[in-house]
Amino acid sequence: MHDSLVTSTPDSRLIRSTKGKKRIQYLKNNWMLYLLLLTPFAYFVIFKYAPMYGVLIAFKDYNIFEGVWASEWNNFETFIEIFSMPDFWNAFRNTFVLNTLDLVVGFPAPIILAIILGELKIMWFKRATQTILYLPHFLSWVIIGSIALQLLAPESGLVNIVLNKIGISSIPFLNDKYLWVGTYVVLGLWQSIGWNTIIYLAAISGINPELYEAAEMDGAGRLSRIWHITLPGIRPTIVILLILAVGRMSQIGFDRPYVLSNYFVTETADVISTFVYRLGIQNFQYSIATAVGLFQSVIGLVFLLVTNYIADRLGEQGIW
Amino acid sequence: MISSGKDKAFDGLLIFLVALLSILCLLPMIYLIAVSLSSSAAVISRSVFLLPVETNFGAYEAVFSDKGIVNSMIFTVWLTILCAACSMLITIFAAYPLTKRKLKGRNFFLVMIVITMYFSGGLIPEYLLVKNIGLTDKVAALVLPYMLSAFNLIVLKSFFSGIPESFEESAFLDGASHITILFKIILPLSKAAIATLTLFYAVGRWNGFQDALVFISKPNLYPLQLKLYMLVYNNQMSEVAIVEGSSSAAIPSENLKAAAVMLATIPIVLVYPFLQRHFISGVTIGAIKG
Repeated sequence: MHDSLVTSTPDSRLIRSTKGKKRIQYLKNNWMLYLLLLTPFAYFVIFKYAPMYGVLIAFKDYNIFEGVWASEWNNFETFIEIFSMPDFWNAFRNTFVLNTLDLVVGFPAPIILAIILGELKIMWFKRATQTILYLPHFLSWVIIGSIALQLLAPESGLVNIVLNKIGISSIPFLNDKYLWVGTYVVLGLWQSIGWNTIIYLAAISGINPELYEAAEMDGAGRLSRIWHITLPGIRPTIVILLILAVGRMSQIGFDRPYVLSNYFVTETADVISTFVYRLGIQNFQYSIATAVGLFQSVIGLVFLLVTNYIADRLGEQGIW
Repeated sequence: MISSGKDKAFDGLLIFLVALLSILCLLPMIYLIAVSLSSSAAVISRSVFLLPVETNFGAYEAVFSDKGIVNSMIFTVWLTILCAACSMLITIFAAYPLTKRKLKGRNFFLVMIVITMYFSGGLIPEYLLVKNIGLTDKVAALVLPYMLSAFNLIVLKSFFSGIPESFEESAFLDGASHITILFKIILPLSKAAIATLTLFYAVGRWNGFQDALVFISKPNLYPLQLKLYMLVYNNQMSEVAIVEGSSSAAIPSENLKAAAVMLATIPIVLVYPFLQRHFISGVTIGAIKG
């Protein structure tokens, strides 16, 4: 009532009408921008946010005929069930083991390679090798997996043929559960080492060349210039990429482990993504598979926040 | 300099290391080419190394005579073009308005986008959504669900923001609409960024595997990667073999598999060197701003 009294004074009505006019003018100028945003907005709501709502089935006994909302809440029974599944913990452990190995091997390697590439003086050689080294990034895991099969198969693979020729018996790179882990890591390195140098190379090219000249004047050798100028120069880049890499520790792609693995190596090769696929898509256990995915997402978010917080405390620039 | 001899040795070592690594990158593909061009007898007798033995194009002929594979290739080429075009268009539509700092609701939309970069519903809710809106076994299931990449959107927005505003202002004073400005001024100035992102989208679709595995069960809608997976890992040759599941269906030989893998790789190898220059700047923008 108080409100209506206020708005009825002629003065405020005047203000309202100019406000309204302004709004109409604003819309007249900008409606096209909103029109452009309409499809992306619809996309995000339907394909990104609707599945987030669908996550609710992790907390329900999902009945496909009743839908997400009408299904019964089940008091976290889904989570109790997954935590009692040995296969879940197996997949959980494998995810962390494979990601840790990827990080230990795959994180420093491109830094070293970028520094080496940065030191190359013959430009055509540098450019040609970069082209070659980036290429594997563009090959799908189905293609890489097929090539790996042709190279590493115990009978017909090239590597084992060569090993046999020099008197070494065949090594089951893809069929032994422990060797498989090594193969997985090496193939990942093969695919990504070149591509991951790009950002470091950009950082290296941003370092002031006068620093190198001054160091050379002072008699610093190549290695000491790398150690005292190049490495500190790319340190912020290294830290940010390390934060992102550690933040992704609980996330694992699907194609790589799925394509490379086989019946013999499930014990070390089954990871969260392949576990969710098998449980949800092949066995129709929708609630349980969703809960596993949600659990992974939450762990991932915690990882990201914690690593960013630590980096912040150490005085480095975080990702935000 | 005193250390010039030492320096040269150091340079030599670096060149050797990089050359070795480059060879390691290429060898698997060279071997694949050798196998695809050799006779299957030579492959079985384990005599193929890095050069073809009994060179012939029989494996490629066999691949091209398999209707299932040929159809899948044609379908995938078509699908890749469709996806790259749709994805690029929606990315442009989203990126341009978001460069307008005074646009009401801009921050809301940006937050909405960034959240999806760190959190998602996950595979199963996404699958159930696609199923519930009736897209499974439809081409749309391979186009729509992952059409817009938040990362690419942020990259393009950063790129658009780098274009001086004075370009737009004069056009705006001349009475040009936002959409005219976007298409006549902004897009022609952004060719490099658009080429890069289109390449990323196209490669993503060409290499896409999981969405097809989950959303598609009709063999005539298999994109190439899924077809290849079935061929290489499940020894499935054509639709006939899949439907009948008969043991009498021909088992694909190693050189035929190699030829099929080569054919799936060639388009990427052909397109990529032309765009290399552009995508490096694209990746760098993404790393700094994203």
